[in-house]
Amino acid sequence: MVKTLVDRLLTTIPALIGVVVISFLLTRVLPGDTASYFAGPAATPQAIAEVRKQLGLDKSLPEQFLRYVGDLAHGHLGQSLTTGQSVVSDLASRLPASAELTLFGLFLALVIAIPLGVAAAVRQGSWIDHACRIIATAGVSLPVFFTGLILVYVFYFVLQWAPAPLGRLDVFASAPPTVTGFYLIDSLIAGDLETFRAALAQILVPGITLAIFSLAPIARITRASMLSVLSSEFVRTARASGLGPRTVIVTYALRNALLPVVTTLGMVFSFLLGANVLVEKVFAWPGVGSYAVEALIASDFAPVQGFVLAMAILYVALNLIIDLAYGLIDPRVRSSS
Amino acid sequence: MTMADEQTTAAALPVAPPSPRFGETFAHARYVVGDNPVTGVSFGLLLILVICALIGPSIVPYDPLASDTAAALQPPSAQHWFGTDQLGRDIFSRVVVATRLDLAISVFSVALVFALGGLAGVAAGFFGGWTDRIVGRIADTIMAFPLFVLAMGIVAALGNTVTNIVIATAIINFPLYARIARAEASVRRNAGYVLAARLTGNSDARIVLTTILPNIMPIMVVQMSLTMGYAILNAAGLSFIGLGVRPPTPEWGIMVAEGAAFIVSGEWWIALFPGLALMLAVFCFNLIGDGLRDIVDPQRRT
Repeated sequence: MVKTLVDRLLTTIPALIGVVVISFLLTRVLPGDTASYFAGPAATPQAIAEVRKQLGLDKSLPEQFLRYVGDLAHGHLGQSLTTGQSVVSDLASRLPASAELTLFGLFLALVIAIPLGVAAAVRQGSWIDHACRIIATAGVSLPVFFTGLILVYVFYFVLQWAPAPLGRLDVFASAPPTVTGFYLIDSLIAGDLETFRAALAQILVPGITLAIFSLAPIARITRASMLSVLSSEFVRTARASGLGPRTVIVTYALRNALLPVVTTLGMVFSFLLGANVLVEKVFAWPGVGSYAVEALIASDFAPVQGFVLAMAILYVALNLIIDLAYGLIDPRVRSSS
Repeated sequence: MTMADEQTTAAALPVAPPSPRFGETFAHARYVVGDNPVTGVSFGLLLILVICALIGPSIVPYDPLASDTAAALQPPSAQHWFGTDQLGRDIFSRVVVATRLDLAISVFSVALVFALGGLAGVAAGFFGGWTDRIVGRIADTIMAFPLFVLAMGIVAALGNTVTNIVIATAIINFPLYARIARAEASVRRNAGYVLAARLTGNSDARIVLTTILPNIMPIMVVQMSLTMGYAILNAAGLSFIGLGVRPPTPEWGIMVAEGAAFIVSGEWWIALFPGLALMLAVFCFNLIGDGLRDIVDPQRRT
């Protein structure tokens, strides 16, 4: 088991190197003057020259790369011009908001998509199977920012069920004491049900938006893998032994069918981390995505670069976790490696 | 992942057929479209989109850029079918005119990635060895990023223009094309007709261009149709957050972004119609992709 873990950790190294090289190239080699980016739009030529020297842009590329890697190793991602803070502390303070939203959306998607996929497979060709196919096709065709706006219109403007799409809490509520950084969990820890309710009301619509977007691949793969498991011999044997349909489907078939679903989560996370940026913009969610968008509009490049790098590292880490979880769930993977 | 792909493709296509007869393909296409009216509808939709893209600017009732503050924020009416925006511009005209730009962005990016990814993948699958390793490493590195986030980074670095949106969209789709082309090419590397071509003295480059590429073309075309939808979504997402297309230009993503501010006060039509156009276009390409796959690769029909 330890060997598997170490082996798998080693395989992430080339991916990490690639990520660091690309994010370095994104600022240094491609056209556009990095120094004038970092110096800001109103900088004088002298100021730009100074920034260039300060950033080490007057050195050769390999030297610049070593310097960049050194900075990364010390946790330096530069300074944001708009907030005046270091990019690392900005990202760290905004990451919990994004993580809470993404995980909440993923949770909703799993809760809806897996039963839907199972039902579609069990009753193949029925109305629920067609519904599953329509939802899956619509889910990938809907632009996530458009779904978000439609939901805002329906739930906020027309029905008035949801609060205004303006961040994690309305202006009258105060944030719970920080333990995990997730308002839903922190407010429960503090025993503050009022805040929990307020936070849930804010996160529900953006969460549903993300869920609609990400449930399509999950539902589709659940259906496909359930279909193949249901036609396998052990399910036939379980049925022949007189087990009830519930036991056969949930205990025998679903547990085996979930393996491909776990693998798909990697791809789902790739979509989610991108969609998150758009959803955060629609709902004025104070996460890393809207931070990067604000920085982009202000031509403040360090936060954007830091954001891209942070998301890539997070994504590599998520894929690692998914792979390890796969090994834990499926004994065959463990014994074969 | 690549290994598995290779095996399934190998299993699905035991004998690589040289280009099938056109009449047969046509009959099969008619059968599939007849069997699945949705594909027929999506081809009709595509026709409308193409017409809008070609002659849109000359058939719309209003100038898409002309503002008329007296008629600002009007809901849909007989005069303005989709209503007017905050500057009094006719949304119907803007949605129709925007088709050209949105389709152009996705067509160019798909063409670019087809050329780059397709050729790199075919080379990797055909030659193997170092070529394969380098192409694989590039694809893996791109895949290590969440794709939309990488596209944001690329556009931010290259500069905020439409051309760079095309380039960014092509780059994030590169791994997909390279992998498919690689798998298909490596299956065919030792096929009888390739060996025959080699025996008659054809060079490697000639074999790739005249025997391998035409044979993997159908599968690549399906992929292009499926990626078109994704390319439109990606480009619209980038312009929604303010990258690429600049404001007065009509483009679906940016129009939805402009309408976003008015959704909370109930002016739904500004964001709804460009959003619907976007959705229909993506839906259309996804359905056509599925339909084409049924025609090209009947074994994978679901």
